[in-house]
Amino acid sequence: MNPFASRLVLPLAALFVAFFVAPLIVLLALSLATDTAMNAFTPAHYVKFFTDRFNYSILFDTLLLGVKATLVCLVFGYPIAWICARASARWQSLLVFLVILPILTSVVVRTFSWIVILGRQGVLNQIALGLGLTSEPLRLLYTEPGVIMVLAQVQMPLMVLPILTVLSKIDANLADASRALGAGEWRTLWRVTIPLSLPGVIAGCILTYSACVTAFVTQTLIGGARLIYMPLHIYQQAIGANNWPFAAAISVIFMFAVLAAIGILNLIGRKSETYA
Amino acid sequence: MHNAIDWEALSIRLVFGLLAAVAIIFLVGPTLIVLLTSFTASQSLKFPPDGLSLRWYAALIDADQMQAAAWNSLVVAFWTTVISVLLGTAAALGIARSRSPLIRAFDLLFMSPLLLPALAFGFAALIFIHKLGFTPSIPFLVLGHVVVCVPFVLRTTVAALTQLDPALLDASESLGGSAMMTFRRVTLPLIAPGLGAGAFLAFMASFDNVPVSLFLADERTEVLPIHLWQQIETNLDVRTAAVSGLIVIFTLVLMLAAERFAGLTRRMR
Repeated sequence: MNPFASRLVLPLAALFVAFFVAPLIVLLALSLATDTAMNAFTPAHYVKFFTDRFNYSILFDTLLLGVKATLVCLVFGYPIAWICARASARWQSLLVFLVILPILTSVVVRTFSWIVILGRQGVLNQIALGLGLTSEPLRLLYTEPGVIMVLAQVQMPLMVLPILTVLSKIDANLADASRALGAGEWRTLWRVTIPLSLPGVIAGCILTYSACVTAFVTQTLIGGARLIYMPLHIYQQAIGANNWPFAAAISVIFMFAVLAAIGILNLIGRKSETYA
Repeated sequence: MHNAIDWEALSIRLVFGLLAAVAIIFLVGPTLIVLLTSFTASQSLKFPPDGLSLRWYAALIDADQMQAAAWNSLVVAFWTTVISVLLGTAAALGIARSRSPLIRAFDLLFMSPLLLPALAFGFAALIFIHKLGFTPSIPFLVLGHVVVCVPFVLRTTVAALTQLDPALLDASESLGGSAMMTFRRVTLPLIAPGLGAGAFLAFMASFDNVPVSLFLADERTEVLPIHLWQQIETNLDVRTAAVSGLIVIFTLVLMLAAERFAGLTRRMR
């Protein structure tokens, strides 16, 4: 290949080494230091995190929150992608436009609109009260189901787009063949379409999951001060408590946890590819 | 084959159509609700609003802090986009047709900010700047944003470059065009829409960024999303809805432009 062309990655590579890799190395070093001056090193912060129930349950809750929100995204996102892949070009453009509209609208704005919807006098409570489903306003804000619902809305485009990409590349003849051989629509969906679209599903799950667990704005505004997830925990320890070494340790743990989750999803993706 | 109604085909359409319809309402509804609420005539954020007015938009004229934050955000997003486009396009040219493992590794590195918790990177960048003896300022904020926004430029530009017919480049070369001329007259015009879509996405990602700004912006360099976040956390007032309304309109206009000139919806998948 052209050796000149490959040299073109160097400027960006330099920026990434200086301002992405180096800070992460400093973060790792600080997480093992006794204090911010980094005079002596100790694994104490990690020991503290994994022996204190308050700390490790935050990690567990965060990872689980991501799983729940990703599943909701999948259940609603797959049908959108499925319909989109079958729509005419005009409709497809419109649908994709509607899908990406929320992801390009500021996340603070989107979360704010959910406060208007979920609040005590919000739209949902008015509907519930109007229909007589409940006698007093439901508490939707500051609850985990509320956080999951909002995360699902905020991150769903990340699920829809990769699935749509894969679905629109699948040879339509395969589904036709399945039907011609006597399989019904549902059987074709389960045995042909879904297995073939698994790479898109996995890619969507990875993107959605990593976005959901780190969604600081949504987690703090909808979850409130009582529901603490990892990003808020890092922020509180770093800025509130000014305990940088411990905040660094939490950050490192969080990063490796997210990487591990992505690794597992990737592994499932590999397995499913050999199966399909 | 039977000619009776295919109940199975009907049921799958019904179930998927219903789920998709619910999901689309779920996706678009909140944006519409916040837009309509911003035109309320009352003090509360009730939906549907009690009467319509532009009073909260008018109130923005006196919101100095909000305006300063919005201006900072625009400046940061502008420089982030410029740097991301320059470095991202160059890197994309190197990555697009390369099979070298080193280049693959760099590609993975450049895309990793999309998957790693951005908040952890924001904190790491703050520590790093602090260790170097600096305090956070706009240039550092821009660099931090470039790291998390450049993947968007890279992805759309690499995609556009891989779709480029290499025969066109050979033709230009055999007609005596220099490498630079081939780039300027052949490659660049052909990848411009992809590059444009990437630039648009990077701009929006920077304008909307919270996790990095949270650590790299201070009172002087406060950006709009952080300002709004604090407003919503402390005293929720209707001006927040008016700013949100403006952001929604601004996003829609930019999106329509990006769709018109860069085929945004085709490049997002």
